[in-house]
Amino acid sequence: MSLVLGSVVLGILSGGIYALMAVGLTLSFGVLEVVNIAQGMFVIAAAYLSYALQRYWHIDPLLGLVITIPVMFLLGLVVEWSFIRRLKQDRVMLSILVSWAVALILEGVVGLIFADDFRSIHSWYVTATVPVFGLYVPDIYLIGFALAVVLMGLVYLLVYRSRFGAALRAMVQNREAAALLGIDVQRISTLTFAIATGLTAAGGMLFGAIQAFNADSNLDLISRLLIIVILGGMGSMGGALVASVGLLVAVNIIAVTWTPNWSTFFFFGITILVLVFRPQGFFGAPAARKV
Amino acid sequence: MTSVKVCCMQYVIAEGRLLGGRIGGHAVGAGRKCAAMTAAPASVTIDLLIKSDGGGILLSIRRQATTAMFALTASSLLIAGCGTAKPAAQAAQKPVTIGTSLSLSGDFSGDGKSIEAGYKLWVDQVNKHGGLLGRKVKLVVLNDDSSTQQSLTNYSTLIGTDHVDLVFGPFSSPLTIPAEQIAKRYGYLLPDPAGGAPSVFAENYDGYAYAKPASVPHNLLGLGNLLMSLPASERPKTVAYATSNDPFTEPQLPPLRKELEAAGMRTLYYQVFPDETPDLQPEALAIAQTHADAVVLGTTSVPQVQAFVQAFAQQHYNPKVIVATSGPDQGSAFSSALGVANTEGFLVPIAWTPTANSYQNKQFIQAYIAKYGGTAASIPADAPDAYCVGQLVQELVTKTHSLKNADLIKALHANTFQTVEGPMSFQMDGAPAGTHMFLVQWQNGSTKIVWPKDSQQASLEYPKPAWH
Repeated sequence: MSLVLGSVVLGILSGGIYALMAVGLTLSFGVLEVVNIAQGMFVIAAAYLSYALQRYWHIDPLLGLVITIPVMFLLGLVVEWSFIRRLKQDRVMLSILVSWAVALILEGVVGLIFADDFRSIHSWYVTATVPVFGLYVPDIYLIGFALAVVLMGLVYLLVYRSRFGAALRAMVQNREAAALLGIDVQRISTLTFAIATGLTAAGGMLFGAIQAFNADSNLDLISRLLIIVILGGMGSMGGALVASVGLLVAVNIIAVTWTPNWSTFFFFGITILVLVFRPQGFFGAPAARKV
Repeated sequence: MTSVKVCCMQYVIAEGRLLGGRIGGHAVGAGRKCAAMTAAPASVTIDLLIKSDGGGILLSIRRQATTAMFALTASSLLIAGCGTAKPAAQAAQKPVTIGTSLSLSGDFSGDGKSIEAGYKLWVDQVNKHGGLLGRKVKLVVLNDDSSTQQSLTNYSTLIGTDHVDLVFGPFSSPLTIPAEQIAKRYGYLLPDPAGGAPSVFAENYDGYAYAKPASVPHNLLGLGNLLMSLPASERPKTVAYATSNDPFTEPQLPPLRKELEAAGMRTLYYQVFPDETPDLQPEALAIAQTHADAVVLGTTSVPQVQAFVQAFAQQHYNPKVIVATSGPDQGSAFSSALGVANTEGFLVPIAWTPTANSYQNKQFIQAYIAKYGGTAASIPADAPDAYCVGQLVQELVTKTHSLKNADLIKALHANTFQTVEGPMSFQMDGAPAGTHMFLVQWQNGSTKIVWPKDSQQASLEYPKPAWH
């Protein structure tokens, strides 16, 4: 397989993983009007959880998701109850500040427990590969992409094929009207934030398996996740997936055919262009707050 | 503590009282009146610097003040300072304060903490033997969070506000440049363990000293000599290079490339990647597809090396030779990140090894293990780098019988200094005058010197074994 084609394959697979990490961010904004800057730190905290389960209790990171997803879900409940539901006005702006504070608190706690040393998650499927026309596709990327498709599919079903989802969508259309119809708006909000946080368990495990991390890694990660969500359209789950895959493929192609320096420039340059000429993202205003 | 600087005049205030300061380069002790205060300029600049302890906040307020304001402020300061003078005898007994700014958090925290360990060890040792000129040494460490801006702030605070006697350098060239600018402004000696990039020497400050046996562009040249020592039929034929755009790593590759190409080793890949790139899969994939015999990585950290190795292993690509500029020199941090099996055959240029027969090396190792535990093999390379800085200053002070930075700077260029990394001397821009570096290879879980020949502890393991 040619170098370019190989880069495209790896770009698609890693794009899926980044989309999984970003989906919670877009869900929070779409439903709650909360720009959750702590999303990157949630991913890193989940990576540490997977690392700790494997390191100290010898639990395989994939199997460990049975534990880490509920733990992260509970963390989401606590954060929503403690901070997010207190925001009654100007939620978008205030949520940026509040979630940034949450990220700093979490970063401090994680730093205290694990220090600043870089960690990584090891398992047989991290280095194992599947040969595809001369390219060795790492199992971890295939697993990650599959996990992203499954989990994002489940979220889609939850939003569009369940009573909970119907209530949620009603709330997105008109929060006050939904409350007047008897929908428990507060409960839906809490559960949505907790689900968005719970999803970071899978993203964190994958992130920790594909690259070394420490608590500081959240800063770079959140900037990338925000770019993905901005390009896709804040609140658009499908947009996040398309933007993530598109960006990673483009970045990889530029890196192998031209220079890695320009691939990074492209990543941030395209964001500036989109913000100037299409601030609502690729999926436009009508889709901007649809989940 | 607050520093108030009025043009060329500077005062240190704590809890609203003047402790001391400088006017026109002359120290003003607390309670001393100074004639310079009466010569108030028509318009002055007042800086208020609120001290930051690393990750904290720097509040800088700059305002133009009128003569009246100046006079009022200056008078208030002098009045507030009256009665706080310390006896001369007490001042003579106070410790020699050495300030430094280190990356105790952020991207360079691994190296920063190792540097801190080396500095503290030297302070322990020098105090155990009577200190500097009979005075105990006290080390003040501020955290720069791996930020160039914070490095600038910290050295401004240490020198301009805290008036430390001496300063030691930070970790890595990007953070050294602002430190060097501040040291230059105040005329302080800046001995440094990790700022070897050409951009640091471009400042042309004679008070700067990169405390290493050789400057950065010489680091990898040993590899060229080593490969040329192989039988012609066995030498690598092709080479792939990838380097971070970091000012420490990037200058190391071109001299080696030139040397290897002159010896007939073709370059199949040469790319520079941004240091902050989190995903190195595309670069690693491109290198793997060249099937080059040798790989030269200009990496700045263990995670970068790990990212390349993971991708190479995934692509079943096993070069015969692989060298990295940084990462494999981090002892157990490197082997635990890659797994001991995958360290086998990795090469890295270093200035220090536990087995080198250099000045006080045995004492350093014994003291390090006694203080921090572990083994000689697990000592990270940054610790002896930092220790050298202390040794250099100690020799300078001993030779000059002075703690004045001007005296130390003058002596810096007139002498050769013995350190755990071997003898060192310095050019006027701070670059080391020597070219000696070791090339070590990971073999059976520890590093062995494979170059130069006269220090060789093991033969080159060639080709290196496949990844696990």
